[in-house]
Amino acid sequence: MTGPAPQPLIEVSHLWKSYDGHPVLKDISFAIEEGDLVSIIGASGCGKTTLLRCLNGMEILDAGRVTIAGVTLERTAKGKRPDRNFHQKAHALRTEVGMVFQSLNLFPHMTVRENIMLAPMIVKKINRDEAEHTANQLLEKVGLLKHRDRYPYHLSGGQQQRAAIARALAMNPKVMLYDEPTSSLDPALVEEVLEVMRELDREGMTQIVVTHEMRFARNASDYIIFMERGEIVEISDEDEIFLDPKDERTRKFLGQFVGRDF
Amino acid sequence: MRHPWHVLSRAIMLIALVTTWSFATLALAEVSDPGKDSTDPAAKTTEATPTDNEMAVAADAGTTGEESSDGETEEEETEYTDADFTDVQTVQASSDILRYGVDLEGGLPYFLDSWDGSGKLIGFEQEIIEEICRRLNRKPVPVQINWDKLIPGLERGLYDMACEGQEITPEHEAVVQFTVPYYVTGLQLCTHERHAEINSLADVEGKRVGVLKASLSYDLLAEMGNVDIATYDTEVNGFDDLINGRLDAVLFDQPVALYYGKPRESEGIRFIDEEIGAVKYGFVIDARQTDLLEKVNTILLDMRASGQLRAILERWGLWNAQTAREFGDPDVTPRAEPVMLNAWVEHSRPITGLRARFDRYVSFLPMMVRGALLTMEVSILAMLLAVALGFVLATIRVYAPWPLAMLSVLYIEIIRGTPVLIQLYFIFYGLPAIGIKLSPFIAGVVGLGLNYAAYEAENYRAGFAGVPHTQMEAALSLGMTRWQAIRHVIAPQAFRIVLPPVTNDFISLLKDSSLVSVITLVELTKTYGLLATKYYDYFGTGIMVAVIYLLLGLPFVRLARYTERKLAAHLPSTPNLRR
Repeated sequence: MTGPAPQPLIEVSHLWKSYDGHPVLKDISFAIEEGDLVSIIGASGCGKTTLLRCLNGMEILDAGRVTIAGVTLERTAKGKRPDRNFHQKAHALRTEVGMVFQSLNLFPHMTVRENIMLAPMIVKKINRDEAEHTANQLLEKVGLLKHRDRYPYHLSGGQQQRAAIARALAMNPKVMLYDEPTSSLDPALVEEVLEVMRELDREGMTQIVVTHEMRFARNASDYIIFMERGEIVEISDEDEIFLDPKDERTRKFLGQFVGRDF
Repeated sequence: MRHPWHVLSRAIMLIALVTTWSFATLALAEVSDPGKDSTDPAAKTTEATPTDNEMAVAADAGTTGEESSDGETEEEETEYTDADFTDVQTVQASSDILRYGVDLEGGLPYFLDSWDGSGKLIGFEQEIIEEICRRLNRKPVPVQINWDKLIPGLERGLYDMACEGQEITPEHEAVVQFTVPYYVTGLQLCTHERHAEINSLADVEGKRVGVLKASLSYDLLAEMGNVDIATYDTEVNGFDDLINGRLDAVLFDQPVALYYGKPRESEGIRFIDEEIGAVKYGFVIDARQTDLLEKVNTILLDMRASGQLRAILERWGLWNAQTAREFGDPDVTPRAEPVMLNAWVEHSRPITGLRARFDRYVSFLPMMVRGALLTMEVSILAMLLAVALGFVLATIRVYAPWPLAMLSVLYIEIIRGTPVLIQLYFIFYGLPAIGIKLSPFIAGVVGLGLNYAAYEAENYRAGFAGVPHTQMEAALSLGMTRWQAIRHVIAPQAFRIVLPPVTNDFISLLKDSSLVSVITLVELTKTYGLLATKYYDYFGTGIMVAVIYLLLGLPFVRLARYTERKLAAHLPSTPNLRR
């Protein structure tokens, strides 16, 4: 690559977060460039979901800075209630970032297509026809066009997660965050969701995935972040971390998966 | 394809907005000119504020009676109906009209709907009032109010004079302003044929005797000592119990005893011919209108001297020795037939035939329908207010910062923790003290609406709690604000959850709306009271009213079920909702 290094799309520096005095994230810093697919792995309770929620402005940071696509969320005064500005920034951040949750949480009272149309219509004030048009395109992309008028409860878990991805994409996010998107799915349905994410990667979408799918992490990620006890232990190339982890803790964690097929 | 919620939510928001707006404007309008005197003759019938159709009817109330045909008044003969009775606060005071407070329930023979089905207001006091109005050249406008609220209503300025047997006693004279007496009544002792031993008041010692509560009869019997006194709210129940054998005798005011007892002589009621006590009746005139008092006094004295008053009393069979003495008339024996009394006795003889009974019930229908309509109006408007305000309260309680949430909790607990009856009294009779005068209709709707809002708020809170919190997070992550998330994601799901309890509350409100009769509205339950006391028929009329209440509620139950089913279309399987 020539010229100056591009400004990273996501930049996190010295991020701290605790619940009831119990630290969950300790001095987290990293940067991600546009178009990367990054997996975050680690044992349950290591803080990876909390990290993801901080990136989406869903959590109030104790201290530190998160910058995504030029929007900066920052807190220095620890302990005090965040000011109005923080909430406005958090809201601004969410319009740049799409998120897919572990729990299947499409809006159950709306059809699949209405789920996708709602936010563009009320947040971006896009008219109904246009929203419908976009929704159809996105449903086509995730392979759900023929189910557009069905209600979430009538879909499989995999279909619901694909619809959730389409719903997030409808807001034109610059970054997509996934919080264990396949954990609550039947093993047979996992692949169809991961395939959608691979497709987005090919299109150049920046994505961060908290996952337990080691095979996906290894095959699809540009690199992997390994976390333990609220700290980033290692950030490595996808093959490097599996074949030759730098840190003893990473080796131990991945050791659990030895013999499995990934 | 649009989800039913979209249509529903739009409709609800729209209706809520419109109702809130109109309440606000109305309340403001009424606050801004409380009891403003209108002296513009042209304004006499058009002053009524537009939203309340009751008022409009009241404004139409014309003159009744044959006496008003003296040519110089242009009004046509308009017939009164029960719907005419309303709060005159909406019919502003004016020198063209004379507003007088009456209670049609148990109003016989003072004031009652004519039994000929014409819907005309008749009664011996009504005839006196009409004559007074004819001479004053003012139009009589009756106002329906509970009997025990006649004096408070007068003091509130709801009307110019209070009627219907106001007793002139030293205690009363100390606080209100009476006209000269227009009638002197006594007490009437009645017994049953099976008690041949009772022939005078002295004979009731040791017997069980029925009286109205807080009446002169009660004091008299209590003084005798050895009498078993049973107190009643209406004379009808007393006569019923006398016939049923629960009482040995009753002691009531003479006019009432005549009209409730005479028709039942065939059932064994026996009148004792004895002069007991003397009570003078006078009209109570608004203390602020001393000139009106003087004019009415002059007219009454002239009517006494000219024999006009005597003629009215004789028509109604009420001429007696006490009144003759008061008027200085030596002639106690009536000169004319008591045509009205006779007609009444003839009319109200207990019905025996099934056919006749059926016909009578059919004749009740117009009144019942009017009552039912008012019940529906009050209930629906109150429910709309309750649902709208309840939603706001619940949203604040669940999603707003704590100082606001605490206010919401405070409201809910205070309203839930105090009786709705007291709240209604407070709003209608209490608020005027600080300058807020609401018409009975508005006061009823607001009172019930504010009360039920507390319950609806709790329903909604349960509904919000029933929606998983991940729904809120999903909505926020899509860039929605909290309010957008509540409005488009949370509330529609909560709505389906709260629909059954809200329907339940509406059915409950439909029945609780009978409470507004305490603030002068003649709704369905009050209609029942009016008809039942008039025809001594609590049984058949009661069943009829019960059926009407049932029919009123059913469509809403069906509608709610239907909506519930529609809103549940997205759920995997809902066998219990399919019915």
